[in-house]
Amino acid sequence: QKNGISNGTLYKKTFIEHFEQAPMYVAVFTFVGFAVGTIFGYLRDFMRAWGLEKRNIAAEREQQKDFVPLYQDFENFYTRNLYLRIRDNWNRPICSVPGPQFDLMERVTDDYNWTFRFTGRTIRNVINMGSYNYLGFAETDVNALKTVTIELKKYGTGVCSTRQEMGTLDKHVELEKLVAKFLGVEDAMVFGMGFATNSMNIPALVGKGCLILSDELNHTSLVLGARLSGATIRIFKHNNMQSLEKLLRDAIIHGQPRTHRAWRKIIILVEGIYSMEGSIVRLPEIVSLKNKYKAYLYLDEAHSIGAVGATGRGVVEYFGMSPDDVDVLMGTFTKSFGAAGGYIAGKKGLVDFLRTHSHSAVYATSMCPAVAEQIIRAMKCLMGLDGTTQGLQRVRQLEKNTRYFRRKLHEMGFIIYGNDDSPVVPLLLYMPGKIGAFARRMLEKNIGVVVVGFPATPITESRARFCVSAAHTREMLDTVLNALDELGDFLHLKYSRYSKSSHPELYEE
Amino acid sequence: QEKEELIEEWQPEPLVPPVPKDHPALNYNIVSGPPTHIITVNGKECINFASFNFLGLLNNEKVKSAAQASLKKYGVGTCGPRGFYGTFDVHLELEERLAKFMRTEEAIIYSYGFATIASAIPAYSKRGDIVFVDEAACFAIQKGLQASRSNIKLFKHNDMADLERLLKEQETEDQKNPRKARVTRRFIVVEGLYMNTGDICPLPELIKLKYKYKVRIFLEESLSFGVLGEHGRGITEHFGINIDDIDLISANMENSLASIGGFCCGRSFIIDHQRLSGQGYCFSASLPPLLAAAAIEALNIMEDNPDIFQTLRAKCERIHKALQGISGLKVVGESFSPALHLQLEESCGSRENDVKLLKRVVDYCMNSGIALTQARYLEKEEKCLPPPSIRVVVTVEQTEQELDKAASLLKEAAQSVLN
Repeated sequence: QKNGISNGTLYKKTFIEHFEQAPMYVAVFTFVGFAVGTIFGYLRDFMRAWGLEKRNIAAEREQQKDFVPLYQDFENFYTRNLYLRIRDNWNRPICSVPGPQFDLMERVTDDYNWTFRFTGRTIRNVINMGSYNYLGFAETDVNALKTVTIELKKYGTGVCSTRQEMGTLDKHVELEKLVAKFLGVEDAMVFGMGFATNSMNIPALVGKGCLILSDELNHTSLVLGARLSGATIRIFKHNNMQSLEKLLRDAIIHGQPRTHRAWRKIIILVEGIYSMEGSIVRLPEIVSLKNKYKAYLYLDEAHSIGAVGATGRGVVEYFGMSPDDVDVLMGTFTKSFGAAGGYIAGKKGLVDFLRTHSHSAVYATSMCPAVAEQIIRAMKCLMGLDGTTQGLQRVRQLEKNTRYFRRKLHEMGFIIYGNDDSPVVPLLLYMPGKIGAFARRMLEKNIGVVVVGFPATPITESRARFCVSAAHTREMLDTVLNALDELGDFLHLKYSRYSKSSHPELYEE
Repeated sequence: QEKEELIEEWQPEPLVPPVPKDHPALNYNIVSGPPTHIITVNGKECINFASFNFLGLLNNEKVKSAAQASLKKYGVGTCGPRGFYGTFDVHLELEERLAKFMRTEEAIIYSYGFATIASAIPAYSKRGDIVFVDEAACFAIQKGLQASRSNIKLFKHNDMADLERLLKEQETEDQKNPRKARVTRRFIVVEGLYMNTGDICPLPELIKLKYKYKVRIFLEESLSFGVLGEHGRGITEHFGINIDDIDLISANMENSLASIGGFCCGRSFIIDHQRLSGQGYCFSASLPPLLAAAAIEALNIMEDNPDIFQTLRAKCERIHKALQGISGLKVVGESFSPALHLQLEESCGSRENDVKLLKRVVDYCMNSGIALTQARYLEKEEKCLPPPSIRVVVTVEQTEQELDKAASLLKEAAQSVLN
């Protein structure tokens, strides 16, 4: 179903998201597909156990055969029998910069995906629809990387110390000031790894006696951080404000589960753009709920910083709100800035607290200075501080590419999830057999895509996920779209029941 | 209606408690320029005794040029996790080289040192499994154990008798419930060289206990990789133990290899599991290729010059001897450990005052040209908080005069501050 403008005054522009349900026969066939796979899996396991088929996996040492087995046989059932058949679609090694086109190393398997062998050839100029390169900063242009090269020569690669000991370099201070300026907040702190930013700072902010309300589809790092903190976790339905409000009311009215004491703090964990759905968080509603019920908001902008918003400043700008509305702004530099690491930004008191109490500041190494320089130059470019309008052009190009790509896919009749403005485009495949077929045939046409199935997505909703980049040209997108058109007809992927004409110019006035 | 009243009345705590301005961690040292042998801290040039740059590879020209070449070819970031076009040929090469160097079957790379052991432990040990861990284990191990939700049994630091007692207790438990015992996995997690105390773990006895009680061993070698052993292969080479006896070796590349990231190595049977269930591996972007190239070059240097390990060991012994006998400070750590601690011989009562006293010693040394730092801990989060101490790090780049200078300066500082 489509959601139009809801609560008209809160949203300044139309918020259209699509989560179309597939026709019933698709769900039936998906289950049938999994059932067949499972039956064959049991058959193969039986044959392996009785020695009728060779066992190809590594086995435990002879001396340790009487130890308690390390893995339960059943845990790996799915891995052995279903994942293994289509394993060649993941972990594909590349040997060039992950820009809009890249070179893949050719891999063949002689024994049905148990082992791989490199032939030594590379497949050149494969169109990259899988890397998170939203603004196209993953580039090797000598001019662009000039400052990074200089800093690498000066600083070397490692830091060999933690932030609180001897690891705070002047580069980190410079970067933190720039991040704070970019986002429009008082202060920021950077960390060496995006995943670790979440898992090490959420436990510092909340503890026992606090309540975490987290979205159904939050990323593993948020879930891990919430678990490590020791607070109580309650889950609300994905982007569903009624569910969130109900949880908030219940929490404040009833208090902690057994003692009914009041909660110390309530914190809401959401992401800017959800990477598997392509949906954008309903920020204005959440902020109004948070203000009404006095909760705190932690926004993880891993995919949305740099990718949405008029000048690339993320969902806060996209909705026209001020960064003061969000208590903790978190993001990563891996996706839009072509580097590595994460940051947390907000009020000075918050960041000072994190400098002293974050697990990462005390025990984990700080960011490599050359990587910090890459972020600095990418951010300067985005803010226009390097004297060109290149940053703004990239943001506009990404917006145009996203709109074009999504519109065309809708017209062709595929089921696409997510918001019209999000550069993450999941295309639903549903049936397990089509996952492997889709990815392999796209590779034959020289296009690299990412497919995901269970357990990253619900079992019936396997999908292919495209990441549109500002570096993609119109020709590249057209190549991809033509290939998708052909493949969609061949594999019967065009499930959408909203038929759209693909030649609107024929009937528009 | 009373519901509305409840909602109105409820006041949460502030998101973060205010931090006092003079909190020791807030006024940290800012280093200008690279943290190499001569380091500029807060504007002052000092000799670096605080960064874990054991083999001096931070400023090595060959490592830097390898990183430059990789930068030209691949750019900076990888823009994706390992499963989705984030695997580069440099990653595969680094994994092969590490496996060959450590003489194991396979190795797996993580993009952050802390996340390495914190993702490896929960991949194998789940709810209901039992882990015996040393009291002085570092924070990353503690977080990994917390994430795994297993039963944790702490044994006294380096005390094999205590560990054996715990294992025997577990055995009697098992005999009461043999069905459950057949599916509960058991692990021992130890470090090669402990970061918190500078000691070495008694690995031969552990191996005996392993086969007697059927427990698997996970070894964390962050400090001992590239330091112990004839060729720098770590504690297994130091003791001459067959590397297949250890189930998993985890280390980070941020100390000896002067890069960023970490790796686990062992038999394929064990390591391959992490490729699908190691959280820090599957759900996080991969290591930037320039850092991987730097690590490969650093490995090359380690393989070509095996005598640096001897030099490092000699320097450690020298300073260990020189630092003995300082009034008021005692040296904690093995004589061949490159990361020593200097703790107060008698505490003044409260940890805060101890910390302040040690800070004065550190400041005295910094003003005279030796950069030192206090070992930092999160006081409320650690299971067994070590006493406050000054961290002294030995690297191959320090000359004998500098080592002697540092020792004499510390003596002076202790004299003036503590007496």
